[in-house]
Amino acid sequence: MINVIIEVSKYVMILLMAFYTFWNFSYFRLQEEERQKKICRYQNVDMFLLHLLGFLILYWKTGDDRMVMLYLAQLILFTAFIGLNRLFYPGGSRILVNNICMFLCIGFLVLSRLSLEKAIRQFVIVAAAAFTTLLVPLLINHVWQLVLIPWFYGIAGLLLLIMVWLVGNNSFGAQLSITVAGIAFQPSEFVKISFVFFVAAMFYRSRGWKSITAVTAMAAAHVIVLVLSRDLGSALIYFITYIAMLFVATSDVVLLLGGILSGCGASAAAYLLFSHVRTRVLAWMDPWSDIDNRGYQITQSLFAIGTGGWFGMGLYQGMPYKIPVVEKDFIFAAISEELGGIFAVCLILICAGCFLQFMMIASRMEALFYKLVAFGLGIEYMVQVFLTVGGVIRFIPSTGVTLPLISYGGSSVLSTFLLFEVIQGLYILKRNDEENEVEYDEERL
Amino acid sequence: MNREKPNPKANKSVLAVTYMLLAVFVCMIGYFGYFVQIEGKTVINNSYNARLDLFAERVIRGEIQSRDGQMLAGTETVDDGTEIRVYPFGSLFAHAVGYSNPGKTGLEALASFYLLSSHENAALQLIHELSGRKNVGDNVVTTLDVDLQKAASDALGGRTGAVIVMEPDTGKILAMVSEPGFDPNTLSEDWNFLISGDNTDAQLLNRAAQGVYPPGSVFKIVTLLEYLREHPDDWRDYSFDCGGIYDSGTYTISCYHSTAHGHQNIGEAFAKSCNGAFASLGLTLDQDAMRELTAQLLFNAELPVSMEYSRSSYAMGSGADEWEILQTSIGQGSTQMTPMHVAMITAAVANGGLLMKPYLIDHVESAAGDEVKKFTPEAYGTLMTAREAEIIGTAMRMVVTEGTASAVDTEAYEAAGKTGSAEFETGKETHAWFTGYAPLDNPQIVVTVIVEESGSGGAVAAPIARAVFDTYFSR
Repeated sequence: MINVIIEVSKYVMILLMAFYTFWNFSYFRLQEEERQKKICRYQNVDMFLLHLLGFLILYWKTGDDRMVMLYLAQLILFTAFIGLNRLFYPGGSRILVNNICMFLCIGFLVLSRLSLEKAIRQFVIVAAAAFTTLLVPLLINHVWQLVLIPWFYGIAGLLLLIMVWLVGNNSFGAQLSITVAGIAFQPSEFVKISFVFFVAAMFYRSRGWKSITAVTAMAAAHVIVLVLSRDLGSALIYFITYIAMLFVATSDVVLLLGGILSGCGASAAAYLLFSHVRTRVLAWMDPWSDIDNRGYQITQSLFAIGTGGWFGMGLYQGMPYKIPVVEKDFIFAAISEELGGIFAVCLILICAGCFLQFMMIASRMEALFYKLVAFGLGIEYMVQVFLTVGGVIRFIPSTGVTLPLISYGGSSVLSTFLLFEVIQGLYILKRNDEENEVEYDEERL
Repeated sequence: MNREKPNPKANKSVLAVTYMLLAVFVCMIGYFGYFVQIEGKTVINNSYNARLDLFAERVIRGEIQSRDGQMLAGTETVDDGTEIRVYPFGSLFAHAVGYSNPGKTGLEALASFYLLSSHENAALQLIHELSGRKNVGDNVVTTLDVDLQKAASDALGGRTGAVIVMEPDTGKILAMVSEPGFDPNTLSEDWNFLISGDNTDAQLLNRAAQGVYPPGSVFKIVTLLEYLREHPDDWRDYSFDCGGIYDSGTYTISCYHSTAHGHQNIGEAFAKSCNGAFASLGLTLDQDAMRELTAQLLFNAELPVSMEYSRSSYAMGSGADEWEILQTSIGQGSTQMTPMHVAMITAAVANGGLLMKPYLIDHVESAAGDEVKKFTPEAYGTLMTAREAEIIGTAMRMVVTEGTASAVDTEAYEAAGKTGSAEFETGKETHAWFTGYAPLDNPQIVVTVIVEESGSGGAVAAPIARAVFDTYFSR
């Protein structure tokens, strides 16, 4: 009997997800604000239903009372987060807030299914991150001096990365984190943002050859230190982001092609120089000949996705725990296995929708600094989603990055919150600008 | 307000990068869809995929059936609810069908996913769910033929060896026997004995696909093919005088029992399996081209079969010394082949040079008998030209009519074949080989036989093939 209910709820969850995704895209086709608001309200109801249904199954399957507590705590968090955003930033982007909540909701569901302890810890971090980063749009709107200190971003970021390389904790052969006061955090997640600010502020000042050379040298230094720390996923994200930002700043196709070519050259060099790069590429090309060792993680992931199929096994009906590091780099496989391929595709589409919105904001910003910040952060987000999903489904070699806002991990969550709130700040900035303009025009009349 | 002029070029660049990244995303989603819809279905059918066992909690493992629907493996549910896997034919199909506990082998491994998927009608499945009963898994209908399997097994008569029967034009495996076998019904009781170090009979090994043997004179098919390639127009001019022992100047090679075959052309030398002729002929061949040919014939390579198998090996290249060339040309030396591989090359000869991929599963059907999935013959590729296949076929017919395989010479059908008596250890009897097909004009089945340490291919292996041919053509 319980199987039937879980079976039916599986399809209901897919349907909820599909509707949410559909609304996400229809939102951008609509011009009138009232209808946009209506769609956002639908999305809120949709998300809360999905959340409730998911936790009902989790509670049913485990009988663990902590599930109920966790559900209620999350319910309060979502309500407060949406409410505070409307209160403080009535002109903010509602769909951005909705998407943050949807990602968190999916992450909470899957993490609670994988490990309740981790889900609870994740919840605490998310709550702290959500409320502290609420200040960021305020900062973006009122502190225009942010543009004045490019070398602060550049040098502080680089020093942090060097510190990780030299004294970082080793995990799976890579230096990713440092421990401060008992809390381990991953500086590369935060430097990602300061790096974009550095490049944007530098190019805002000057796009002459001298400036380009200096910025390129700093960008290269960031990437090289990351490669030395064996944080290949981050190195790739920084690299692609820089090439794209350089292209937008200069609109020079030669620089873009040169960047892409040097990227290919650097990848080939990394393949020849580093054995851990070769291992990953080999595991990607033929995981089946060495299922026990090199190919273990990716084959488990493919088994999970393949067995789940389009409709998924249903929560608690699969074996996502068989995949190593499933709650971080491979969470997409767990989602696909139990919630289904359709659900997973919807998730990718929502991520792509976020990216499109970021790019829309970037193209509307008029000051190059803000334009480049919105653009750079959007690229970072999209590339990260691509690397993690592509790695999990064996579209590209696995690079070991997280799925933003969904994977387990405090640094990743906090830095993604920062990223989304900076964009929110820019959205509000632009909107205020436009409103001022209207007033100004009216005065003139 | 002091604002900069809008920069339309920058926005164009933003748009370009956006399109590029979206295109990459579309490709990724496309690949994901392809994986879930198509590739994933084969990928998950892997013994490393522990998730398949989850299905067993909700589905009763289906039957494995012969081509005419006889049950080769099935699930019986005892009163207390425990399920027992039963194999009505005992050890007869042990290697082809395999076992499902401990671990899975054979078809039990290959078809596990199908056996644990249920395509009963939806209403029935819902009723089962509501009443807490399991659904009935799909049945896998194989290409295996009970009569032929029995005939092959009986003819082998408990001797150590293997028989494979295949359709050359489809690749369907009709019989696959490996002796000694084991009884999958009592496997858990016998397990410790079977895997103990004192037991040297290797009952669990599927000799048909996993046993590697020196091919002996069966390999002369390959040597002959290389000779045809190097002498496309003048191969008929070949002649050799056999005195029973061939002296290359440094070494001597003797024919089986040092029989003198006298003056012969290439067909006669092949029919009589004259070692002297083929050893001397081997010395004239281009060893690099020979190496290429063996690679093309799938030596040292993966075979296009889904069951567990061993790779055949061919080690000689240019720079080999005279002794190695003499030995290798007649199938001795370090060359090793599996019976499956020999059967595949024979099937290519019978099928005009085109090799069809061997397969065991014909179709999958629901418990109610509705077809769920059909497997169709698939070509692997051309191993030789139709003309080459025809010449080799004619030579193989001569082996039957005037050569070493007289045991399969009958009025009832026109068989073609090649025998082999492979030496593997001095002082021991040779391994007996036969590989062939019938009828000559319109080949319907290929039969490959090996009997370990038993004597000559003509005397020991060919009669087993005869029994299989007789069974097939008497229907």
